[in-house]
Amino acid sequence: MTKSRSAYSVPGKQGKLDTHIIVVWVDNEAGVLARVAGLFSSRGYSIESLAVAEVDPKLNISRITIVTTGTPQVIEQIKLQLKKLVPVHKVADFKREDKNVIFKEMALFKLVGNNSKREKALKACKKYNGVILDKTNKSVVIQITALRREIDAMSKNLKKYGLVSISRTGAVAMTRGSEVFK
Amino acid sequence: MPKLYSGAEIVFKCLEDQGVNIVFGYPGGAILPIYDELKNHKFVKHILVRHEQGAGHAAEGYARSSGKPGVLFVTSGPGATNTVTALTDAYMDSIPLVCITGQVPTHLIGTDAFQECDTTGITRPCTKHNWLVKNIKDLGKTIHKAFEIATTGRPGPVLVDIPKDVQFQKTSYTKYKKQKKLNGKKHNHFSQKDIDELIKLMSKSSKPIFYTGGGVINSGPKASALLRELVNTTGFPITSTLQGLGAYPGEDNQFLGMLGMHGSYEANNAMHDCDLMINIGARFDDRITGKIDEFSPKSKKVHIDIDPSSINKIVKVNLAIVGDVAEVITSTIKTIKKVKPNFAKSNKQKISKWWEKIEKWRSIKSFDFVNSTELIKPQYAVQRLYELTKNKDTYITTEVGQHQMWAAQHYKFDKPNRWMTSGGLGTMGYGLPAAVGVQVAHPNKLVIDIAGEASVLMTMQEMSTAVQYSLPIKIFILNNEYMGMVRQWQELLHDKNYSESYTAALPDFVKLAEAYGCVGIRATKPEELDDKIIEMINTDRPVIFDCVVDKEENCFPMIPSGKPHNQMLLGPKDQKENKITKKGKTLV
Repeated sequence: MTKSRSAYSVPGKQGKLDTHIIVVWVDNEAGVLARVAGLFSSRGYSIESLAVAEVDPKLNISRITIVTTGTPQVIEQIKLQLKKLVPVHKVADFKREDKNVIFKEMALFKLVGNNSKREKALKACKKYNGVILDKTNKSVVIQITALRREIDAMSKNLKKYGLVSISRTGAVAMTRGSEVFK
Repeated sequence: MPKLYSGAEIVFKCLEDQGVNIVFGYPGGAILPIYDELKNHKFVKHILVRHEQGAGHAAEGYARSSGKPGVLFVTSGPGATNTVTALTDAYMDSIPLVCITGQVPTHLIGTDAFQECDTTGITRPCTKHNWLVKNIKDLGKTIHKAFEIATTGRPGPVLVDIPKDVQFQKTSYTKYKKQKKLNGKKHNHFSQKDIDELIKLMSKSSKPIFYTGGGVINSGPKASALLRELVNTTGFPITSTLQGLGAYPGEDNQFLGMLGMHGSYEANNAMHDCDLMINIGARFDDRITGKIDEFSPKSKKVHIDIDPSSINKIVKVNLAIVGDVAEVITSTIKTIKKVKPNFAKSNKQKISKWWEKIEKWRSIKSFDFVNSTELIKPQYAVQRLYELTKNKDTYITTEVGQHQMWAAQHYKFDKPNRWMTSGGLGTMGYGLPAAVGVQVAHPNKLVIDIAGEASVLMTMQEMSTAVQYSLPIKIFILNNEYMGMVRQWQELLHDKNYSESYTAALPDFVKLAEAYGCVGIRATKPEELDDKIIEMINTDRPVIFDCVVDKEENCFPMIPSGKPHNQMLLGPKDQKENKITKKGKTLV
């Protein structure tokens, strides 16, 4: 321990960190994203990725999906603190390993190169529902949907085929089967 | 067609419906339409402060002493930013405030207009919720919702930002209907099963303790009455946090005094050694727990709190009961009466050994100090103040520092809502404006701000407010010319390097009092103290009392940081002085 002469106690032992996907249903009103993001930053919680969009225009509800890591206590606090925010309706929490939940992220890759390179790139993307969104005789834009680590791997993999630009979203999540989170 | 009202009129319509009759504030360009409307609404009395922070603290003092939300009006830009300290203070100590701010007209928002600031952005982390009302149609329901959010659940400050053009626009007004549920969030989540479990733990325990906090005060006077009944029924010892003082009578034998960093030896040792801790409306603050890893290692812990996010935030508990304190205690007492009508009797034997142990700790008399005939000891000053005012239903506010701790240790409270202190945020300069607010709520009561000379200078300008409204507040300054608590830490932890903690050029407080048009009194010798205090009490005007005290007195007992509750540092009488290790020095 350093002799910081800080005015407070030293941190205790840190527990094991888990990655969780937190889904928050909020009123789609001014400042709501700032409230949610501000809660994370002010309390020192991490945001690995974030996706937000209105899902019910009639009821004016947006769905925010946040990927975060923390000890079980921190995850519990995140949920309880989120529930205290006035525009928040409900909060769901899934472990990344949870088999009953689908997680997807989307990525756009722009590749510049000759025909054979582009063909190879497309082939590599096939596993992840690769779709060609734009094509010229020099370049191609491919869209894939996959897990975070798969997109990470693809971004590395495609470098050799002339990858020049990547744009990707945060994760979105949905439970499998007929059940809906209440 | 319904009658149309301007935005400014709607603000007052809402205040009327909410039963508000006091507003603290300070006018300015962007809130002028609301101030223009003030004269037409005689039900509301406006208290003009001298700085917007003062308006916030005065509203806090008003709220804490009356149980009603405090309301303030301030203008845009600097008006709003000046209230940020008070809003944060209220947020930390769970005080209901409704802050109405003026904003530049909607078409100028975002253009860096004169006196524009992002008020809702700046205050987002220090309010329960805030709104920028851009549409006049939303104004009425927003203000009503603001009151509802400020006062329900765990109370706190809210802010409504109203652009100047919206204050002029007209719309109809719908009367306020009280909602049962707020956005699907209800506050009582406990069941009879939880209560049964609590009673099971209580009847098994041989070393129990109640640890109560500000939640009891916030739950209302009924909760304090119920707490007294519960404590008497069980025969358990009780300790309180700084904020909870007054919920249980300070002179009662079952009360062990305040706990925590400067709490009593018996309270802290009992917390450490207990086998059942029942936390009622407190939040395991770091000034209470000391070293978390060694905090009350042998106890089962029960946490009763209205805020679910307080549970397991710092200390893992065995039983969590989420609900309003008054309702939880009501159910508990009811169940005890039904299931174990002889609880106190059957329990007395079981916890008698525990009480013996507590009495042993108590016999150390940890709040004792070495008195002097030459100098006024600050503790002695607070003791005399207590003895001479205790029969008067006195309201006490404080600033922050050593004097605050001495006040908490030596002034005994008998009723809730009589003790207003900044605990969570620790805001120097809180006490004087808070006293203004308390006096406004209780015009005929004795209101004293136990102050330090450094703190009180931060908001001294509010003496002018007190004089304007003939509020006979008493500012009792324990003047040691130092930022006492800073000096104490420097003495104990930084090798007596008193870096910048001495105020070399203090004003003459007696002359300062006269300059403000109030009364100045100075006491320098112990033998004159009583007469001077009596003179202060009998003065029907605001008083600044300059109590010149021992400059080097330290506040004991103290839990040196990095230590658990059972290793307290006692005062100069204690021979085991060098308990602060090098490691501990880093931790206070």
